[in-house]
Amino acid sequence: MSDGNSTVIENSFYKQSTNKHTGILSWLLTVDHKRIGIMYGVTILFFFLVGVIIGVLMRLELIAPGKTIVDAQTYNSLFTLHGVIMIFLFIIPGLPAIFGNFFLPIQIGARDVAFPRLNLLSYYIYVLGAILALLSVILPGGAIDTGWTFYIPYSVRSNTNVSLPLLAAFILGFSSILTGLNFITTVHRLRAPGMTFFKMPLFVWATYATAWIQIIATPVVGITIVLVVLERLFGVGIFDPALGGDPILFQHLFWIYSHPAVYIMILPAMGVVSEIIPTFARRTIFGYKAIAMSSLAIAFVGYLVWAHHMFTSGMSDTARWIFSLLTFIVALPSGVKIFNWVATMYKGSIDPKPPFQWVMSFIFLFSIGGLTGLVLGSLATDIHVHDTYFVVAHFHFVMFGGTGTIFFAAIHYWFPKMFGRMYNDKLATLGVIGFFIGFLMLYFPKFIMGYMGMPRRYYDYLPQFANLQLISTIGSWVLALTIFFIVGYLIHALVKGKRATSNPWGGVTLEWHIQSPPPMENFKEIPIITHEPYDFSQLKEMKDE
Amino acid sequence: MHEEKNNHHIGYGTYVLVWIALLAFTSITVTIAGVSLGRYTLLVALFFAAIKSALVINIFMHIKFDEKIFKVFLLLSGFTLLVIFILTFFDFLYR
Repeated sequence: MSDGNSTVIENSFYKQSTNKHTGILSWLLTVDHKRIGIMYGVTILFFFLVGVIIGVLMRLELIAPGKTIVDAQTYNSLFTLHGVIMIFLFIIPGLPAIFGNFFLPIQIGARDVAFPRLNLLSYYIYVLGAILALLSVILPGGAIDTGWTFYIPYSVRSNTNVSLPLLAAFILGFSSILTGLNFITTVHRLRAPGMTFFKMPLFVWATYATAWIQIIATPVVGITIVLVVLERLFGVGIFDPALGGDPILFQHLFWIYSHPAVYIMILPAMGVVSEIIPTFARRTIFGYKAIAMSSLAIAFVGYLVWAHHMFTSGMSDTARWIFSLLTFIVALPSGVKIFNWVATMYKGSIDPKPPFQWVMSFIFLFSIGGLTGLVLGSLATDIHVHDTYFVVAHFHFVMFGGTGTIFFAAIHYWFPKMFGRMYNDKLATLGVIGFFIGFLMLYFPKFIMGYMGMPRRYYDYLPQFANLQLISTIGSWVLALTIFFIVGYLIHALVKGKRATSNPWGGVTLEWHIQSPPPMENFKEIPIITHEPYDFSQLKEMKDE
Repeated sequence: MHEEKNNHHIGYGTYVLVWIALLAFTSITVTIAGVSLGRYTLLVALFFAAIKSALVINIFMHIKFDEKIFKVFLLLSGFTLLVIFILTFFDFLYR
């Protein structure tokens, strides 16, 4: 393959600006997809750490029965803020906005996304939404206390600042839609010659499927939010039964978006896994087409399962069994992926570097998360564990053990390419181990407590839960300290790490054909694609280049 | 990757005709709203609304003259929306 990279090392995108400015302005006004990706990275990482700190505070409150550090009202606000920040500011935009922006154009052999200015606008819309969300905490009225699901009728009646964070979520939705629009157009219009759909790397496939969900599902939550605000401000009876509305309708509309949103969160993560496993197993991916198609299948079937969040809400029995059935169907394409990943490793020449260790951790945690989802998807068992810690544990295993773990995997995989530096492998391995132990200590006891009947979002608990709550709180310290440790050694590596070569892991997708960090326009000449995406026979050619 | 081939021009005459058709369908919708059709009221209103949006999408938004892929995407989105409606009605009708 001609990779279009000249042998002369060019300036990296850090040294070349897309505008006439230098310094901070050259970043704030940039239209370079890589710089925008990094700007998203810094902002999203900040909110992630805020979410982590709030989470630790919540766990600290629960270290012993009764009041310990905050009162009940503050606790309600804490869990709401933790949810809103982690969902809307971290995990939904996380992988697509950072790594999608940075790597999607490179992986298809393009110089930028289709609409670079729109890309920058999406970033600023995200920042505006984030600022409004934070403002709602400090303004009179107090931080929102409804839980991140904003369920009616409480969210209409609560005296805290509900409208402002809702507006923030509305605005954040636009950022998501514009990013999705940009990625779909980029994939359709800017693929390099020879890069057919079935030669695209699987991360591109996953991000592409995600972009469709972003465009089609996000407007639904936008409309729902507008309706809730109308109801709060003008007393229009849409959802609140006291005004003649239907509260279950709110739950339908909310989950019609928010369930597909779960796939916005997990699909790009699955794409990253499909990149990392072949690279470190030195073997082409098993079942390329099956994985690509399963992304589309998840994206589509993901639309049809939303009401499994509502089995106990009072909706009709017919709807309950239909949604239960559909929920089981969505497990199939997820299973296809897991089996294909494991099959890829079979007889591979595995090099267990830190990104691969993160992926192993992911497969373990995500499988537990996925399988406990089946417990929740069955009507009978769901009634027993609905709204208990079991749900909280399931959700965190899927989202944090799934997407969160892969967030770290992606950072460790692409760090040398993004920043041109290497981190310390041994510290990174310690990071994986600390994360894994902290994670299991924090969340596994919640499965047991949930099964025993501990309700979610409660400020206090019965004495029989005390030991498990204590273990969970200690786990939160281990996990949080590990996360700060990881951020610490990565920042150290940014400054002091040894220089990365263009292909430190021996990957073969297009980003590994260009220098680290990449030049501003990625490719001097647009490459012509002749190989399959995970054809490792080209490694030798790449070395000769 | 593809050359722009969107050089199809529609005359003002067509636009005006479509506009008149839209007005006509709107008046039909308004008139029918006054007639009691029982359970078919909603169906009839949706039928005329569908024709109107088809006209707008095809002519005003140029989808008719654009590449086929846009139609595919549009239909796919519409289909998803339809499925979401149907599934929601499984709750509403049997509650």
